[in-house]
Amino acid sequence: MIIIINDKDNVAIALTDLPAGKEIKAGNDVIIVQESIPYGHKVALKDISKGEEIIKYGEVIGAAVENIKKGSHVHTHNMAGLRGRGDEKH
Amino acid sequence: MKNIKLTGYRRPNGKVGIRNHLLVMPTVACANETVKAIAEKIQGAIAINHQHGCSQLGRDSEQTKRTLIGFGSNPNVGGVIVVGLGCETVLAPPVAEAIQQKTGKPVEYLIIQETGGTDRTIEEGIKVGLDINNQISKCQREPIDLSELIVSLECGGSDVTSGIAANPAVGEASDLLVQKGATVILSETTELIGAEHLLASRAVNDTVKRRLLEIVKRMEKKAIEMGVSITGANPTPGNIEGGLTTIEEKSLGCVYKAGTSPVAEVIEYAETPLQRGLVIMDTPGNDIESITGMAAGGSQICLFTTGRGTPTGSAIMPVIKICGNPKTCKTMKENIDLDVSTIILGEETLKDAAKRIIQEIFEVVNGKLTLAEAKKMHGFAINRIGPTM
Repeated sequence: MIIIINDKDNVAIALTDLPAGKEIKAGNDVIIVQESIPYGHKVALKDISKGEEIIKYGEVIGAAVENIKKGSHVHTHNMAGLRGRGDEKH
Repeated sequence: MKNIKLTGYRRPNGKVGIRNHLLVMPTVACANETVKAIAEKIQGAIAINHQHGCSQLGRDSEQTKRTLIGFGSNPNVGGVIVVGLGCETVLAPPVAEAIQQKTGKPVEYLIIQETGGTDRTIEEGIKVGLDINNQISKCQREPIDLSELIVSLECGGSDVTSGIAANPAVGEASDLLVQKGATVILSETTELIGAEHLLASRAVNDTVKRRLLEIVKRMEKKAIEMGVSITGANPTPGNIEGGLTTIEEKSLGCVYKAGTSPVAEVIEYAETPLQRGLVIMDTPGNDIESITGMAAGGSQICLFTTGRGTPTGSAIMPVIKICGNPKTCKTMKENIDLDVSTIILGEETLKDAAKRIIQEIFEVVNGKLTLAEAKKMHGFAINRIGPTM
């Protein structure tokens, strides 16, 4: 149902469409899906604070732009990349 | 890796091709229609078109010329007709001469202004083309060694399955190829942004490491200079819809294709690798520009992973499409050579999928047409690095 690629990751990948309210097993933990998450998209494995790094493949893929609750959909609406950011050029 | 014999066409310079094409190539956009008309009249001839060859400056003009010479020199090409207009920056005679000198293959050139218009050039082109075709049709396949192959790696139309299925499976295959002495080219510098530290730690020496970090920094700087976030251009809207959020995420999935070998060399766009093993070529994330650069660098075959599906092929290099998304493997079956969605479904290990990839390489080397070849997906695009004047 989800795949956690690396033990360090704070997000997992949905391998099916996940409906809101669904309980899913993540290792020894249970996660309640907070909102519907499409196939292939990311779900938060824990509460992530604004500014905190998002980790997938055991590596940094960006940072949270708002507080993200465990079980939430993690995507462009609540995280952003840290590289190639011409929009932040001063 | 069983005892399957590989065969190919040995060219006068010793390099081996796995196809035997007659390439009809314009040095400038003004000759596009003419090369098409010539190729139409010759069995097996392939025409390429592009928008370049004139009003270009310095390194940009040199890169266009290098790409055309490299593409014509690719050992999958048995013979070449180069067509120019006569007043362009990248003139036909030096391009034809360079291909001839590098390869010893039959190469002819035609200049529209000197030949006296397009009709006479087409007529003359057909005449010399049929003559070259007669020569190259006599080429016979002979045994070749796996170590004589340069295998291109590419990913396009990526989604989240690319980074967990198709790319890691290709990575396993890359490692097997390198172990057997082949050369493997990882490309798409844009898609190294955020993952370059992993490759840099595998560089064979400090020079290679420094070059690798330099090309990534250079690409990122170009993106930043546009004053917007790279997101939306790369990852593309389709990548984002598929679940990839940032360039770092896409890159970390992308570099799996390179396996675990040391990085032996970093080369510029369309340059020929001098080292064996894993080589990185500085190309953009744009698929067709990227695979054209690698073909111009002498690559005979390409492993191309996709999640969402893409039809892309190369005019002269067989492109094997490998997909890890079960849905795409059904909906775009006609464009997917190898279904590795078995990995996500838990039906096959990465190692077993890699063995199938190697098996497919062997069959394609020996003549099996890829779907992109069968459908005449003759992609060709040159990467520009300067403004049009």
